[in-house]
Amino acid sequence: MNTRLVLALVMSGAVALTACGGTTKDSSSQQTGGATNAAKADPNAPLKEGLKITFLPKQVNNPYFTVAQKGAEQAGTAIKAEVKPTGPSDAAASSQVTYINTAAQQKQNALVISANDANAVAPALKSARSQGLKVVTFDSDAAPDARDVFINQATSNEIAAGQVKLISEAIGGTGEIAILSATPNATNQNAWIEVMKTELAKPEYAGLKLVETAYGNDDDQTSFQKTQGLLQAHPNLKGIISPTTVGVAAAARYLSSSEYKGKVQLTGLGTPNQMRKFVQDGTVKSFALWDPSKLGYLAVYTAAALASGQITGAEGEKFKAGDLGDYTIGAKGEVVLGPPTVFTKDNIDKFDF
Amino acid sequence: MRNLLRWETALVFLLVVVALTGQVSTKGSFLDGGNLFYLGLDIGEIALIALPLTLVIVAGEIDLSVASVLGLSSALIGWLWNAGWSLETILPTVIVVGAVCGAFNGLLVTRLGLPSLAVTIGTLALYRGLALVVLGDTAVADFPASYTSFGTTPLPGTDIPYPIVLAAILAILFGIALHASSFGRSVYAIGANEEGARFSGIRVKRIKLTLFVLAGAVAAIAGIVYTFRFSSARADNGVGLELAVVAAVLLGGVSIFGGKGTLFGVLAGVLLLGGLRNLLILQDTSTEVLTIVTGLLLLVSVLAPSITRTLRKATT
Repeated sequence: MNTRLVLALVMSGAVALTACGGTTKDSSSQQTGGATNAAKADPNAPLKEGLKITFLPKQVNNPYFTVAQKGAEQAGTAIKAEVKPTGPSDAAASSQVTYINTAAQQKQNALVISANDANAVAPALKSARSQGLKVVTFDSDAAPDARDVFINQATSNEIAAGQVKLISEAIGGTGEIAILSATPNATNQNAWIEVMKTELAKPEYAGLKLVETAYGNDDDQTSFQKTQGLLQAHPNLKGIISPTTVGVAAAARYLSSSEYKGKVQLTGLGTPNQMRKFVQDGTVKSFALWDPSKLGYLAVYTAAALASGQITGAEGEKFKAGDLGDYTIGAKGEVVLGPPTVFTKDNIDKFDF
Repeated sequence: MRNLLRWETALVFLLVVVALTGQVSTKGSFLDGGNLFYLGLDIGEIALIALPLTLVIVAGEIDLSVASVLGLSSALIGWLWNAGWSLETILPTVIVVGAVCGAFNGLLVTRLGLPSLAVTIGTLALYRGLALVVLGDTAVADFPASYTSFGTTPLPGTDIPYPIVLAAILAILFGIALHASSFGRSVYAIGANEEGARFSGIRVKRIKLTLFVLAGAVAAIAGIVYTFRFSSARADNGVGLELAVVAAVLLGGVSIFGGKGTLFGVLAGVLLLGGLRNLLILQDTSTEVLTIVTGLLLLVSVLAPSITRTLRKATT
C-alpha cells in the first residue's frame, strides 16, 4: 500500500461519511422549547425522604460555589436527602457532561447544576431527564428545554431598584450621583441602568441627580482611573453606584486612599471578601449581592419538590422551600430567589465568599 | 515467556483488573450497557486522534496541535453554519482545512527541517488563535437534531455510540496501514533509524508529511464529533485534549523516541485511561484525586514499557 493510497482511503472514507442531502441553518426546523410534563403536580404530596441529589457547580474549589454548596447541604440535612457534591476542576464548556452522565448512571433522583455552557450540557441533561432525573439549574441556566426549573438569583428590577435605594440612604437623599458600569454593551448592566433611571424619576428620589455613567470595562485599572475621573469632573459628586464586582472594588480602593473617603459614598454589587476591608474602614456603608448559600438551598428544595411530585415545573405552581418560605414558578419555568442580600458592617463577617 | 512480558499483555491484564474491581465495587453498574455507552462517548475523540498520532510518534515525531485543530474545526463548523452553508458542504470542508493544518505542520518539519515539538507547540497556539478569530467567544448551538443525536443515542439495538463506530472503522484502516503494509514498515524504519531508512530508499519526507496530514484531517473529524456531541460549536472546544491523547498513546506502549509500539496497545491505553477515569467518577472520587491518579498513570506509562523491555531482554 503506498502513501497516496493510504491518504486517499482515509480521506474518501471521511468525506463519504458526511455526504448526503442538504441540511442548512434555514432548512432545519428549530426545536421547540419548554418542558413537556406528562405528570400532574400534587401540591400536597409530602417531600420524600432519602432522595439522592447531585450538586454540580460550574467548577469545584470556586469560593462562590463552595458557599452555594453549603446552602445545598444544609437543605439536604433539613429534608433528609443525600446531597452529593461533585464536579470538574475546570470550567470548560463540556467538562460537566461526564458528571451529568454519571449522575444518570448512579440513578440519582435529581440533579442541581449551574451550567458552564447553556447548550453544551443540554443533550446530556435531556438524556438524564429521559432516565427520570429531575433537573434544576441555578445561577446559570441551561437551554430551557433541557431542565425542569431554573433558580434565578434576582430580577433586574430588584437589583437596580435596590442599588438606587442604597445610594439614596447613604447620601441622605440629595446630591449628584454617578454610575460606574462595566462595558457599554453589557446586556445585564444596561438593563439595570435603564431600571435605575426609571427609579430615579420617582418622586422619592427627586433629590438625586444622575450626572454621568462611566464605563470601567470590568478591568480593575480602568475602573480605578474612571473613578478618579468622575470625582475630578464632578466636584459636587456625592455618590457612586457600581453594579459590577470589578468596578465596585476598584472604586472602593481609590476612595479609601483618597481625600474623598467618607465624603463620597459608594455602593454596588460586590462579594463580601473583596469589600470587607472597605466596609470596615468606613469607605463603603453598604453594598448588595445575592447570597449563594440561599441559592443552593432553594435549588435543593426545588429539586426535592420536583422529585416528590409537588411541582412539575409548570408556571403558577407553588411550593415551600424551608426557611426561605413560599415560592411560585414563573414564566419559562423560572423561580426567583428574591431581593439581593445587603451587606453592612453589622453582617459582613457572617459571609465568606 | 517472552510474549507474556509484552506491554500489551500487561495493559490487557490491567483492563481486566479495572473492569472486575469496577464491576464488584459498583455492584454491576460499571459494565452495564448505559455506562459503557457513556464511557464510549467520553473516549471517542481521544480514540480518534490517537490513531494517526500513534503513527506520527512511531515515526519519531510529535503533533501537539491536534486539539487546536479540533477547536478550529469546531469554530469553522459554527461560523459556516451561521453563514448559511449546508452541513454536507461544511463537514468535508473542515476535514480539508484540518488536512491543510496538518500539511502546514508537516511542511515546516520536513522541508525546513524544524523539530516537530517546536513547530506544533507553535501551531497549537496559532490554530487555537485562528479558531478564536473565526468564532470569538460565542457559541453556535442550533444544529439539527438529526446530527446532534449522534452524540446522545447509540447504534440502534446496541449500546455502541456512533463515535466509537467511526473510531473502529478508522482503527481498522490505520491498523492495516501500520501493521500490514509497506507504508507501515517504512514508518517503523523511519522511527528506528531515520538515516538508515533514507539510505534504503524510503521517501522519509513524503511519509512524514502524509502522517501530519492524516493527523490534521482526523483531528478535524474529531472536531466534528465533539461539536455534535455537545451540540455546541466553540473556539475553546477540546482545550488541553492533546495531553490526554499523548498520554494514552504513551500508555499504550509507543516509545516517545519512535520505532516502537502497536495500534492495539494504544487502543488498550485509551480504554484503560478512560475506564479508570469513568470508574473513579462513578465512585465519587474527588477531582483532586482524579488529577493525581491521571498524573501517576502518565508516569507509569513512560516508565513501565521501558521496564518490561528491560525484563524481556533479561529473560532472553
